[in-house]
Amino acid sequence: MSFISLLWVLLLGSLLGLELIGKVPPTLHTPLMSGANAISGITMLAALTLIVKAEGNVPLLIIGSVSLGFALFNVVGGFFVTDRMLAMFSRKPSNKK
Amino acid sequence: MNLPVIIKFVIDLLAVLLLALGIKGLSKVKSARDANRLAAFAMSLSVVGLLSYYLGTSGIAIQSWIWIIIGSITGSLFGAILAKKVPMTSMPETVALFNGCGGMSSLLVALGVAIFPISSGQENFDFFKSLINEVSISVSIFVGAITFTGSIVAMAKLQGWLSTPGWTQSKVRHFVNIVFAVASLIAFFDLINGNTSSIWLLVIVSSLLGIGVTLPIGGADMPVVISLLNSYSGIAAAAAGFVVDSQLLIVAGAMVGAAGLILTQVMCKGMNRSLVSVLFGGSLSAQSTASSGSGEYTNITSCSVEECALTLEAANKVIIVPGYGLAVAQAQHTLREVTKKLEQNGIDVVYAIHPVAGRMPGHMNVLLAEADVPYEQLKEMDVVNPDFPATDVVLVLGANDVVNPQAKNDSSSPLYGMPVLDVQEARTVFVIKRGMSAGYSGIKNDLFDLPNTSMVFGDAKKVLNDLIGELKDLGVGEK
Repeated sequence: MSFISLLWVLLLGSLLGLELIGKVPPTLHTPLMSGANAISGITMLAALTLIVKAEGNVPLLIIGSVSLGFALFNVVGGFFVTDRMLAMFSRKPSNKK
Repeated sequence: MNLPVIIKFVIDLLAVLLLALGIKGLSKVKSARDANRLAAFAMSLSVVGLLSYYLGTSGIAIQSWIWIIIGSITGSLFGAILAKKVPMTSMPETVALFNGCGGMSSLLVALGVAIFPISSGQENFDFFKSLINEVSISVSIFVGAITFTGSIVAMAKLQGWLSTPGWTQSKVRHFVNIVFAVASLIAFFDLINGNTSSIWLLVIVSSLLGIGVTLPIGGADMPVVISLLNSYSGIAAAAAGFVVDSQLLIVAGAMVGAAGLILTQVMCKGMNRSLVSVLFGGSLSAQSTASSGSGEYTNITSCSVEECALTLEAANKVIIVPGYGLAVAQAQHTLREVTKKLEQNGIDVVYAIHPVAGRMPGHMNVLLAEADVPYEQLKEMDVVNPDFPATDVVLVLGANDVVNPQAKNDSSSPLYGMPVLDVQEARTVFVIKRGMSAGYSGIKNDLFDLPNTSMVFGDAKKVLNDLIGELKDLGVGEK
Protein backbone atom coordinates (compact mmCIF):
# COMPACT_ATOMS: atom_id res chain seq x y z
CA MET A 1 0.00 0.00 0.00
CA SER A 2 1.34 3.38 -0.85
CA PHE A 3 1.46 6.00 1.87
CA ILE A 4 -0.95 8.26 0.02
CA SER A 5 -3.64 5.62 -0.21
CA LEU A 6 -3.17 4.84 3.48
CA LEU A 7 -3.77 8.52 4.20
CA TRP A 8 -6.99 8.31 2.17
CA VAL A 9 -8.00 5.34 4.26
CA LEU A 10 -7.31 7.37 7.41
CA LEU A 11 -9.33 10.31 6.16
CA LEU A 12 -12.32 8.27 5.05
CA GLY A 13 -12.25 6.21 8.25
CA SER A 14 -12.34 9.38 10.35
CA LEU A 15 -15.22 10.81 8.33
CA LEU A 16 -17.10 7.57 8.75
CA GLY A 17 -16.57 7.70 12.52
CA LEU A 18 -17.81 11.29 12.66
CA GLU A 19 -20.89 10.37 10.65
CA LEU A 20 -21.76 7.23 12.59
CA ILE A 21 -22.52 8.89 15.88
CA GLY A 22 -25.06 11.59 15.29
CA LYS A 23 -27.56 11.51 18.09
CA VAL A 24 -26.94 9.19 21.00
CA PRO A 25 -29.37 9.01 23.90
CA PRO A 26 -27.51 9.65 27.19
CA THR A 27 -28.58 6.18 28.29
CA LEU A 28 -26.21 4.70 25.79
CA HIS A 29 -23.16 6.85 26.41
CA THR A 30 -21.51 4.38 28.73
CA PRO A 31 -22.17 1.24 26.64
CA LEU A 32 -21.21 3.05 23.45
CA MET A 33 -17.96 4.24 24.97
CA SER A 34 -17.19 0.80 26.23
CA GLY A 35 -18.09 -0.83 22.90
CA ALA A 36 -15.99 1.62 20.88
CA ASN A 37 -13.22 1.04 23.38
CA ALA A 38 -13.33 -2.69 22.68
CA ILE A 39 -12.99 -1.98 18.97
CA SER A 40 -9.88 0.11 19.60
CA GLY A 41 -8.29 -3.16 20.72
CA ILE A 42 -8.02 -3.88 16.99
CA THR A 43 -4.27 -3.35 17.55
CA MET A 44 -4.33 -7.05 18.28
CA LEU A 45 -3.92 -7.44 14.51
CA ALA A 46 -0.71 -5.43 14.64
CA ALA A 47 0.53 -7.57 17.52
CA LEU A 48 -0.29 -10.72 15.52
CA THR A 49 1.60 -9.37 12.51
CA LEU A 50 4.57 -8.68 14.75
CA ILE A 51 4.60 -12.23 16.09
CA VAL A 52 4.21 -13.82 12.66
CA LYS A 53 6.99 -11.73 11.17
CA ALA A 54 9.34 -12.12 14.14
CA GLU A 55 11.13 -15.03 12.45
CA GLY A 56 12.37 -16.63 15.62
CA ASN A 57 13.51 -13.39 17.24
CA VAL A 58 12.59 -14.26 20.83
CA PRO A 59 12.52 -10.75 22.37
CA LEU A 60 10.29 -9.61 19.53
CA LEU A 61 8.07 -12.66 20.01
CA ILE A 62 7.71 -11.79 23.68
CA ILE A 63 6.92 -8.14 22.98
CA GLY A 64 4.36 -9.21 20.40
CA SER A 65 2.82 -11.73 22.76
CA VAL A 66 2.52 -9.25 25.63
CA SER A 67 1.06 -6.69 23.24
CA LEU A 68 -1.42 -9.28 22.00
CA GLY A 69 -2.36 -10.05 25.58
CA PHE A 70 -3.02 -6.39 26.39
CA ALA A 71 -5.05 -5.95 23.21
CA LEU A 72 -7.17 -9.02 23.80
CA PHE A 73 -7.71 -8.01 27.42
CA ASN A 74 -9.18 -4.83 26.00
CA VAL A 75 -11.22 -6.55 23.28
CA VAL A 76 -12.63 -9.50 25.20
CA GLY A 77 -13.19 -7.57 28.42
CA GLY A 78 -14.66 -4.63 26.53
CA PHE A 79 -17.21 -6.63 24.58
CA PHE A 80 -18.24 -8.73 27.57
CA VAL A 81 -18.72 -5.77 29.83
CA THR A 82 -20.70 -3.91 27.15
CA ASP A 83 -22.89 -6.95 26.70
CA ARG A 84 -23.46 -7.13 30.43
CA MET A 85 -24.61 -3.52 30.50
CA LEU A 86 -26.83 -3.86 27.46
CA ALA A 87 -28.37 -7.08 28.72
CA MET A 88 -29.91 -5.02 31.50
CA PHE A 89 -31.65 -2.70 29.09
CA SER A 90 -33.07 -5.46 26.99
CA ARG A 91 -34.60 -7.18 30.01
CA LYS A 92 -38.07 -5.89 29.22
CA PRO A 93 -40.49 -5.44 32.10
CA SER A 94 -42.87 -8.39 31.86
CA ASN A 95 -44.43 -7.92 35.28
CA LYS A 96 -46.34 -4.71 34.64
CA LYS A 97 -48.94 -5.78 37.21
CA MET B 1 -3.29 -10.88 -7.06
CA ASN B 2 -3.25 -14.36 -5.68
CA LEU B 3 -5.95 -16.07 -3.70
CA PRO B 4 -4.82 -15.32 -0.09
CA VAL B 5 -4.60 -11.62 -0.92
CA ILE B 6 -8.08 -11.59 -2.40
CA ILE B 7 -9.55 -13.51 0.53
CA LYS B 8 -7.95 -11.15 3.03
CA PHE B 9 -9.16 -8.16 1.05
CA VAL B 10 -12.74 -9.42 1.08
CA ILE B 11 -12.64 -10.30 4.77
CA ASP B 12 -11.15 -6.94 5.70
CA LEU B 13 -13.80 -5.13 3.73
CA LEU B 14 -16.53 -7.15 5.39
CA ALA B 15 -15.01 -6.54 8.83
CA VAL B 16 -14.92 -2.76 8.28
CA LEU B 17 -18.52 -2.79 7.14
CA LEU B 18 -19.65 -4.81 10.16
CA LEU B 19 -17.66 -2.63 12.57
CA ALA B 20 -19.26 0.49 11.13
CA LEU B 21 -22.71 -1.07 11.44
CA GLY B 22 -21.80 -2.10 14.98
CA ILE B 23 -20.89 1.43 16.08
CA LYS B 24 -23.99 2.76 14.36
CA GLY B 25 -26.20 0.20 16.07
CA LEU B 26 -24.67 0.91 19.48
CA SER B 27 -26.19 4.37 19.40
CA LYS B 28 -29.76 3.05 19.46
CA VAL B 29 -31.32 1.32 22.46
CA LYS B 30 -33.12 -1.34 20.44
CA SER B 31 -30.21 -2.51 18.36
CA ALA B 32 -27.41 -1.92 20.84
CA ARG B 33 -26.92 -5.43 22.12
CA ASP B 34 -26.95 -7.07 18.71
CA ALA B 35 -24.66 -4.35 17.42
CA ASN B 36 -22.15 -5.08 20.15
CA ARG B 37 -22.15 -8.74 19.19
CA LEU B 38 -21.85 -7.81 15.55
CA ALA B 39 -18.76 -5.75 16.31
CA ALA B 40 -17.29 -8.61 18.34
CA PHE B 41 -17.94 -10.95 15.41
CA ALA B 42 -16.28 -8.51 13.02
CA MET B 43 -13.21 -8.42 15.25
CA SER B 44 -12.86 -12.20 15.29
CA LEU B 45 -13.45 -12.24 11.55
CA SER B 46 -10.55 -9.84 11.09
CA VAL B 47 -8.27 -12.16 13.07
CA VAL B 48 -9.30 -15.11 10.92
CA GLY B 49 -8.64 -13.01 7.83
CA LEU B 50 -5.14 -12.04 8.96
CA LEU B 51 -4.14 -15.53 10.06
CA SER B 52 -5.46 -17.17 6.89
CA TYR B 53 -3.55 -14.63 4.84
CA TYR B 54 -0.25 -15.50 6.53
CA LEU B 55 -1.02 -19.21 6.36
CA GLY B 56 -1.61 -18.88 2.64
CA THR B 57 1.50 -16.81 1.95
CA SER B 58 4.52 -16.98 4.21
CA GLY B 59 3.17 -19.57 6.63
CA ILE B 60 3.24 -19.22 10.40
CA ALA B 61 6.08 -20.83 12.36
CA ILE B 62 5.30 -23.17 15.25
CA GLN B 63 7.15 -20.83 17.56
CA SER B 64 4.89 -17.96 16.51
CA TRP B 65 1.81 -20.05 17.17
CA ILE B 66 3.02 -20.78 20.69
CA TRP B 67 3.46 -17.09 21.48
CA ILE B 68 0.16 -16.21 19.83
CA ILE B 69 -1.63 -18.76 21.98
CA ILE B 70 0.11 -17.70 25.19
CA GLY B 71 -0.68 -14.03 24.60
CA SER B 72 -4.26 -14.47 23.51
CA ILE B 73 -5.24 -16.92 26.23
CA THR B 74 -3.85 -14.84 29.09
CA GLY B 75 -5.29 -11.61 27.73
CA SER B 76 -8.73 -13.01 26.97
CA LEU B 77 -8.95 -14.89 30.24
CA PHE B 78 -8.14 -11.89 32.41
CA GLY B 79 -10.41 -9.68 30.32
CA ALA B 80 -13.32 -12.09 30.58
CA ILE B 81 -12.89 -12.64 34.30
CA LEU B 82 -12.71 -8.94 35.07
CA ALA B 83 -15.69 -8.21 32.82
CA LYS B 84 -17.81 -10.82 34.59
CA LYS B 85 -16.80 -9.95 38.12
CA VAL B 86 -16.63 -6.19 38.21
CA PRO B 87 -19.62 -4.54 39.93
CA MET B 88 -21.74 -2.26 37.79
CA THR B 89 -20.90 0.68 40.02
CA SER B 90 -17.27 0.65 38.99
CA MET B 91 -17.97 0.59 35.28
CA PRO B 92 -16.18 3.87 34.48
CA GLU B 93 -12.88 2.74 35.97
CA THR B 94 -13.17 -0.62 34.24
CA VAL B 95 -13.59 1.04 30.87
CA ALA B 96 -10.58 3.19 31.71
CA LEU B 97 -8.48 0.14 32.53
CA PHE B 98 -9.43 -1.68 29.31
CA ASN B 99 -8.76 1.43 27.36
CA GLY B 100 -5.32 1.90 28.89
CA CYS B 101 -4.39 -1.63 27.92
CA GLY B 102 -5.40 -0.96 24.33
CA GLY B 103 -3.05 2.01 24.33
CA MET B 104 -0.31 -0.12 25.87
CA SER B 105 -0.72 -2.66 23.09
CA SER B 106 -0.20 -0.04 20.38
CA LEU B 107 2.82 1.27 22.24
CA LEU B 108 4.40 -2.18 22.45
CA VAL B 109 3.85 -2.90 18.77
CA ALA B 110 5.56 0.34 17.78
CA LEU B 111 8.35 -0.30 20.26
CA GLY B 112 8.88 -3.80 18.92
CA VAL B 113 9.06 -2.60 15.34
CA ALA B 114 11.40 0.23 16.31
CA ILE B 115 13.88 -1.99 18.16
CA PHE B 116 13.74 -4.92 15.76
CA PRO B 117 12.76 -3.67 12.30
CA ILE B 118 10.69 -6.34 10.53
CA SER B 119 12.00 -7.42 7.13
CA SER B 120 9.47 -6.19 4.64
CA GLY B 121 10.98 -8.07 1.71
CA GLN B 122 12.24 -5.01 -0.09
CA GLU B 123 15.60 -4.14 1.36
CA ASN B 124 16.35 -1.11 -0.81
CA PHE B 125 16.44 1.92 1.46
CA ASP B 126 13.80 4.49 0.74
CA PHE B 127 14.17 7.72 2.63
CA PHE B 128 10.54 8.75 2.29
CA LYS B 129 9.27 5.37 3.42
CA SER B 130 11.56 5.21 6.41
CA LEU B 131 10.54 8.73 7.41
CA ILE B 132 6.88 7.72 7.36
CA ASN B 133 7.76 4.64 9.32
CA GLU B 134 9.55 6.65 12.01
CA VAL B 135 6.78 9.22 12.23
CA SER B 136 4.12 6.56 12.61
CA ILE B 137 6.19 4.71 15.21
CA SER B 138 6.64 7.93 17.19
CA VAL B 139 2.95 8.82 17.02
CA SER B 140 1.97 5.33 18.05
CA ILE B 141 4.33 5.42 21.03
CA PHE B 142 3.39 8.96 22.02
CA VAL B 143 -0.37 8.47 21.87
CA GLY B 144 -0.19 4.91 23.19
CA ALA B 145 1.81 5.97 26.25
CA ILE B 146 -0.48 8.92 27.02
CA THR B 147 -3.51 6.66 26.67
CA PHE B 148 -2.01 4.08 28.99
CA THR B 149 -0.79 6.27 31.84
CA GLY B 150 -3.73 8.66 31.50
CA SER B 151 -6.23 5.82 31.73
CA ILE B 152 -4.47 4.25 34.69
CA VAL B 153 -4.45 7.56 36.54
CA ALA B 154 -8.13 8.07 35.67
CA MET B 155 -8.91 4.62 37.01
CA ALA B 156 -6.93 5.15 40.19
CA LYS B 157 -8.65 8.47 40.83
CA LEU B 158 -12.12 7.02 40.31
CA GLN B 159 -11.25 4.12 42.60
CA GLY B 160 -10.10 6.60 45.20
CA TRP B 161 -6.53 5.27 45.17
CA LEU B 162 -5.21 8.62 44.07
CA SER B 163 -6.30 12.02 45.25
CA THR B 164 -5.61 15.30 43.52
CA PRO B 165 -2.27 16.60 44.77
CA GLY B 166 -2.28 20.27 45.69
CA TRP B 167 0.46 21.36 43.33
CA THR B 168 -1.50 20.10 40.36
CA GLN B 169 -4.05 22.82 41.00
CA SER B 170 -1.51 25.60 40.78
CA LYS B 171 -0.06 27.05 37.61
CA VAL B 172 3.00 24.85 38.08
CA ARG B 173 1.27 21.99 36.35
CA HIS B 174 1.08 23.84 33.02
CA PHE B 175 4.80 24.47 33.20
CA VAL B 176 5.55 20.83 34.04
CA ASN B 177 3.34 19.54 31.24
CA ILE B 178 4.83 21.94 28.73
CA VAL B 179 8.29 20.65 29.69
CA PHE B 180 7.11 17.06 29.09
CA ALA B 181 5.53 18.03 25.78
CA VAL B 182 8.66 19.82 24.57
CA ALA B 183 10.81 16.89 25.67
CA SER B 184 8.59 14.52 23.68
CA LEU B 185 9.00 16.76 20.65
CA ILE B 186 12.79 16.74 21.05
CA ALA B 187 12.82 12.97 21.38
CA PHE B 188 10.62 12.73 18.31
CA PHE B 189 12.97 14.78 16.12
CA ASP B 190 15.98 12.99 17.53
CA LEU B 191 14.37 9.71 16.56
CA ILE B 192 13.74 10.86 13.01
CA ASN B 193 17.37 11.95 12.83
CA GLY B 194 18.26 8.31 13.28
CA ASN B 195 19.07 8.28 16.97
CA THR B 196 17.14 5.15 17.94
CA SER B 197 18.00 5.31 21.63
CA SER B 198 15.88 8.41 22.07
CA ILE B 199 12.87 6.15 21.67
CA TRP B 200 13.16 5.43 25.40
CA LEU B 201 13.13 9.12 26.15
CA LEU B 202 9.94 9.36 24.09
CA VAL B 203 8.36 6.48 26.00
CA ILE B 204 9.22 8.03 29.37
CA VAL B 205 8.23 11.62 28.72
CA SER B 206 5.00 10.79 26.95
CA SER B 207 4.07 8.49 29.84
CA LEU B 208 4.78 11.33 32.25
CA LEU B 209 2.76 13.69 30.08
CA GLY B 210 -0.22 11.32 30.31
CA ILE B 211 0.04 11.39 34.09
CA GLY B 212 0.61 15.13 34.29
CA VAL B 213 -2.40 15.94 32.13
CA THR B 214 -4.84 13.59 33.85
CA LEU B 215 -3.82 14.07 37.49
CA PRO B 216 -5.19 17.64 37.93
CA ILE B 217 -8.61 16.76 36.53
CA GLY B 218 -11.35 16.46 39.10
CA GLY B 219 -13.43 13.34 39.52
CA ALA B 220 -16.59 14.94 38.14
CA ASP B 221 -14.90 15.51 34.81
CA MET B 222 -13.35 12.05 34.66
CA PRO B 223 -15.97 10.53 32.31
CA VAL B 224 -15.13 13.14 29.72
CA VAL B 225 -11.46 12.35 30.12
CA ILE B 226 -12.06 8.62 29.76
CA SER B 227 -14.07 9.23 26.63
CA LEU B 228 -11.27 11.39 25.25
CA LEU B 229 -8.66 8.78 26.13
CA ASN B 230 -10.86 6.25 24.38
CA SER B 231 -10.63 8.39 21.29
CA TYR B 232 -6.84 8.51 21.74
CA SER B 233 -6.58 4.74 21.85
CA GLY B 234 -8.32 4.71 18.48
CA ILE B 235 -5.74 7.13 17.16
CA ALA B 236 -2.96 4.98 18.61
CA ALA B 237 -4.44 1.96 16.82
CA ALA B 238 -4.56 3.89 13.55
CA ALA B 239 -0.92 4.90 14.02
CA ALA B 240 -0.02 1.27 14.69
CA GLY B 241 -1.84 0.52 11.42
CA PHE B 242 0.65 2.75 9.61
CA VAL B 243 3.51 0.99 11.38
CA VAL B 244 2.51 -2.49 10.22
CA ASP B 245 0.89 -1.33 6.97
CA SER B 246 -2.65 -2.46 7.74
CA GLN B 247 -5.62 -0.65 6.20
CA LEU B 248 -8.08 -2.37 8.47
CA LEU B 249 -6.29 -1.07 11.55
CA ILE B 250 -6.23 2.43 10.14
CA VAL B 251 -9.93 2.45 9.28
CA ALA B 252 -11.05 0.92 12.58
CA GLY B 253 -8.70 3.13 14.61
CA ALA B 254 -9.79 6.26 12.80
CA MET B 255 -13.43 5.33 13.24
CA VAL B 256 -13.06 4.85 16.98
CA GLY B 257 -10.95 7.98 17.26
CA ALA B 258 -13.52 10.14 15.49
CA ALA B 259 -16.52 8.55 17.16
CA GLY B 260 -14.85 8.95 20.55
CA LEU B 261 -14.27 12.61 19.87
CA ILE B 262 -17.95 13.16 19.02
CA LEU B 263 -19.02 11.26 22.12
CA THR B 264 -16.69 13.39 24.23
CA GLN B 265 -18.28 16.49 22.75
CA VAL B 266 -21.78 15.19 23.50
CA MET B 267 -20.80 14.44 27.10
CA CYS B 268 -19.26 17.87 27.58
CA LYS B 269 -22.50 19.44 26.44
CA GLY B 270 -24.47 17.37 28.93
CA MET B 271 -22.26 18.61 31.75
CA ASN B 272 -22.12 22.15 30.51
CA ARG B 273 -18.35 22.07 30.37
CA SER B 274 -16.13 22.87 27.44
CA LEU B 275 -13.43 20.41 26.57
CA VAL B 276 -10.80 23.09 27.08
CA SER B 277 -11.94 23.84 30.61
CA VAL B 278 -12.03 20.14 31.44
CA LEU B 279 -8.49 19.63 30.21
CA PHE B 280 -6.83 22.77 31.46
CA GLY B 281 -9.20 24.22 34.03
CA GLY B 282 -8.23 21.88 36.82
CA SER B 283 -10.70 20.47 39.27
CA LEU B 284 -14.01 22.28 39.67
CA SER B 285 -13.92 22.22 43.45
CA ALA B 286 -10.61 24.08 43.49
CA GLN B 287 -12.15 26.99 41.59
CA SER B 288 -15.29 27.04 43.62
CA THR B 289 -13.68 27.41 47.02
CA ALA B 290 -12.15 30.61 45.76
CA SER B 291 -15.20 32.11 44.10
CA SER B 292 -18.61 31.02 45.26
CA GLY B 293 -19.75 28.03 47.22
CA SER B 294 -18.97 29.94 50.36
CA GLY B 295 -21.56 30.51 53.00
CA GLU B 296 -23.03 28.25 55.59
CA TYR B 297 -26.37 26.56 55.52
CA THR B 298 -28.80 28.61 57.57
CA ASN B 299 -32.14 26.94 57.21
CA ILE B 300 -31.73 23.19 57.29
CA THR B 301 -34.81 21.16 58.14
CA SER B 302 -34.09 17.63 59.10
CA CYS B 303 -36.79 15.06 59.49
CA SER B 304 -37.26 11.45 60.47
CA VAL B 305 -37.91 8.48 58.24
CA GLU B 306 -41.36 8.22 59.74
CA GLU B 307 -42.35 11.71 58.59
CA CYS B 308 -40.99 10.91 55.19
CA ALA B 309 -43.09 7.76 55.01
CA LEU B 310 -46.24 9.65 56.07
CA THR B 311 -45.75 12.25 53.37
CA LEU B 312 -45.07 9.59 50.77
CA GLU B 313 -48.20 7.72 51.70
CA ALA B 314 -50.34 10.78 51.09
CA ALA B 315 -48.72 11.59 47.76
CA ASN B 316 -50.17 11.07 44.32
CA LYS B 317 -47.06 11.67 42.27
CA VAL B 318 -43.53 10.91 43.37
CA ILE B 319 -40.33 11.54 41.46
CA ILE B 320 -37.12 9.81 42.47
CA VAL B 321 -33.82 11.54 41.71
CA PRO B 322 -31.05 8.96 42.00
CA GLY B 323 -27.39 9.91 42.10
CA TYR B 324 -24.06 8.27 42.55
CA GLY B 325 -24.52 8.07 46.32
CA LEU B 326 -27.30 5.59 45.72
CA ALA B 327 -24.99 3.43 43.68
CA VAL B 328 -22.24 3.59 46.27
CA ALA B 329 -24.64 2.45 48.96
CA GLN B 330 -25.72 -0.37 46.61
CA ALA B 331 -29.24 0.69 47.42
CA GLN B 332 -30.84 0.49 43.98
CA HIS B 333 -32.55 -2.81 44.82
CA THR B 334 -33.87 -1.47 48.11
CA LEU B 335 -35.10 1.60 46.31
CA ARG B 336 -36.97 -0.64 43.90
CA GLU B 337 -38.70 -2.27 46.89
CA VAL B 338 -39.84 1.11 48.14
CA THR B 339 -41.17 2.20 44.78
CA LYS B 340 -42.96 -1.11 44.31
CA LYS B 341 -44.85 -0.50 47.54
CA LEU B 342 -45.76 3.01 46.46
CA GLU B 343 -46.93 1.80 43.08
CA GLN B 344 -49.10 -0.85 44.68
CA ASN B 345 -50.80 1.98 46.54
CA GLY B 346 -51.61 3.65 43.24
CA ILE B 347 -48.94 6.31 43.53
CA ASP B 348 -47.40 7.45 40.27
CA VAL B 349 -43.62 6.94 40.50
CA VAL B 350 -41.00 7.95 37.96
CA TYR B 351 -37.24 8.30 38.09
CA ALA B 352 -35.66 11.52 36.88
CA ILE B 353 -32.33 10.79 35.28
CA HIS B 354 -29.96 13.67 34.86
CA PRO B 355 -27.69 13.21 31.82
CA VAL B 356 -24.65 12.87 34.05
CA ALA B 357 -26.22 11.08 37.00
CA GLY B 358 -23.77 8.56 38.36
CA ARG B 359 -20.18 8.84 37.33
CA MET B 360 -20.74 8.60 33.64
CA PRO B 361 -23.57 9.52 31.31
CA GLY B 362 -25.92 6.58 31.15
CA HIS B 363 -24.36 4.99 34.20
CA MET B 364 -27.47 5.45 36.34
CA ASN B 365 -29.68 3.85 33.69
CA VAL B 366 -27.47 0.79 33.79
CA LEU B 367 -27.61 0.60 37.59
CA LEU B 368 -31.39 1.00 37.76
CA ALA B 369 -31.90 -1.49 34.96
CA GLU B 370 -29.89 -3.91 37.06
CA ALA B 371 -32.46 -3.46 39.82
CA ASP B 372 -35.31 -4.28 37.41
CA VAL B 373 -36.70 -0.79 37.23
CA PRO B 374 -38.95 -0.70 34.15
CA TYR B 375 -37.35 1.25 31.36
CA GLU B 376 -40.47 3.40 30.86
CA GLN B 377 -40.17 4.82 34.37
CA LEU B 378 -36.79 6.35 33.65
CA LYS B 379 -37.39 9.88 32.44
CA GLU B 380 -34.75 12.12 30.97
CA MET B 381 -34.24 15.59 32.35
CA ASP B 382 -35.97 17.54 29.57
CA VAL B 383 -38.99 15.28 29.74
CA VAL B 384 -39.39 15.33 33.50
CA ASN B 385 -38.58 18.96 34.32
CA PRO B 386 -42.05 20.33 33.43
CA ASP B 387 -43.57 17.70 35.74
CA PHE B 388 -42.02 18.93 38.97
CA PRO B 389 -44.62 21.64 39.82
CA ALA B 390 -47.34 18.97 39.73
CA THR B 391 -45.34 16.60 41.89
CA ASP B 392 -46.10 15.98 45.55
CA VAL B 393 -42.86 14.45 46.73
CA VAL B 394 -39.37 14.35 45.29
CA LEU B 395 -36.93 11.90 46.78
CA VAL B 396 -33.32 12.89 46.16
CA LEU B 397 -31.03 9.94 46.77
CA GLY B 398 -27.34 10.58 46.72
CA ALA B 399 -27.60 13.25 44.06
CA ASN B 400 -26.34 16.71 44.77
CA ASP B 401 -24.97 18.98 42.07
CA VAL B 402 -27.59 17.94 39.54
CA VAL B 403 -30.35 19.35 41.76
CA ASN B 404 -28.59 22.55 42.75
CA PRO B 405 -30.77 25.56 41.91
CA GLN B 406 -27.61 27.70 41.93
CA ALA B 407 -27.04 26.53 38.38
CA LYS B 408 -30.11 28.53 37.38
CA ASN B 409 -30.13 31.44 39.79
CA ASP B 410 -26.59 32.36 40.72
CA SER B 411 -24.49 33.59 37.84
CA SER B 412 -21.38 33.70 40.03
CA SER B 413 -21.59 29.97 40.72
CA PRO B 414 -19.22 27.66 38.86
CA LEU B 415 -22.26 25.49 38.22
CA TYR B 416 -24.12 28.35 36.56
CA GLY B 417 -25.61 27.28 33.26
CA MET B 418 -25.42 23.59 33.94
CA PRO B 419 -28.74 21.97 33.16
CA VAL B 420 -30.30 20.79 36.42
CA LEU B 421 -33.44 19.05 37.61
CA ASP B 422 -35.93 21.60 38.96
CA VAL B 423 -36.80 19.60 42.05
CA GLN B 424 -37.45 22.72 44.16
CA GLU B 425 -40.67 23.24 42.14
CA ALA B 426 -42.22 20.19 43.79
CA ARG B 427 -44.36 20.52 46.90
CA THR B 428 -42.00 18.60 49.17
CA VAL B 429 -38.41 17.54 48.62
CA PHE B 430 -36.70 14.90 50.74
CA VAL B 431 -32.95 14.71 50.43
CA ILE B 432 -31.52 11.47 51.74
CA LYS B 433 -27.89 12.12 52.49
CA ARG B 434 -25.23 10.93 54.84
CA GLY B 435 -24.20 14.36 56.05
CA MET B 436 -23.93 17.95 54.99
CA SER B 437 -20.83 17.39 52.89
CA ALA B 438 -20.74 19.04 49.49
CA GLY B 439 -21.29 17.23 46.21
CA TYR B 440 -18.70 16.24 43.70
CA SER B 441 -18.15 19.80 42.60
CA GLY B 442 -17.58 20.82 46.23
CA ILE B 443 -20.22 23.52 45.98
CA LYS B 444 -22.87 24.41 48.51
CA ASN B 445 -26.32 23.29 47.48
CA ASP B 446 -28.95 26.02 47.89
CA LEU B 447 -31.67 23.43 47.63
CA PHE B 448 -31.00 22.23 51.17
CA ASP B 449 -31.83 25.67 52.56
CA LEU B 450 -35.24 25.92 50.91
CA PRO B 451 -38.30 25.69 53.17
CA ASN B 452 -39.86 22.83 51.24
CA THR B 453 -36.74 20.72 51.54
CA SER B 454 -36.22 18.27 54.38
CA MET B 455 -33.05 16.36 54.98
CA VAL B 456 -33.18 12.72 56.00
CA PHE B 457 -29.72 11.95 57.28
CA GLY B 458 -28.31 8.47 56.97
CA ASP B 459 -26.89 5.90 54.63
CA ALA B 460 -29.17 5.57 51.61
CA LYS B 461 -29.61 1.83 52.00
CA LYS B 462 -30.41 2.02 55.70
CA VAL B 463 -32.85 4.88 55.27
CA LEU B 464 -34.62 3.05 52.47
CA ASN B 465 -34.82 -0.10 54.54
CA ASP B 466 -36.31 1.87 57.43
CA LEU B 467 -38.67 3.45 54.96
CA ILE B 468 -39.89 0.05 53.84
CA GLY B 469 -40.59 -0.79 57.49
CA GLU B 470 -42.46 2.45 58.07
CA LEU B 471 -44.49 2.02 54.91
CA LYS B 472 -45.38 -1.49 56.01
CA ASP B 473 -46.59 -0.17 59.34
CA LEU B 474 -48.76 2.32 57.49
CA GLY B 475 -50.19 -0.50 55.44
CA VAL B 476 -48.85 0.85 52.18
CA GLY B 477 -48.59 -1.69 49.42
CA GLU B 478 -50.58 -4.38 51.20
CA LYS B 479 -53.97 -4.59 49.74
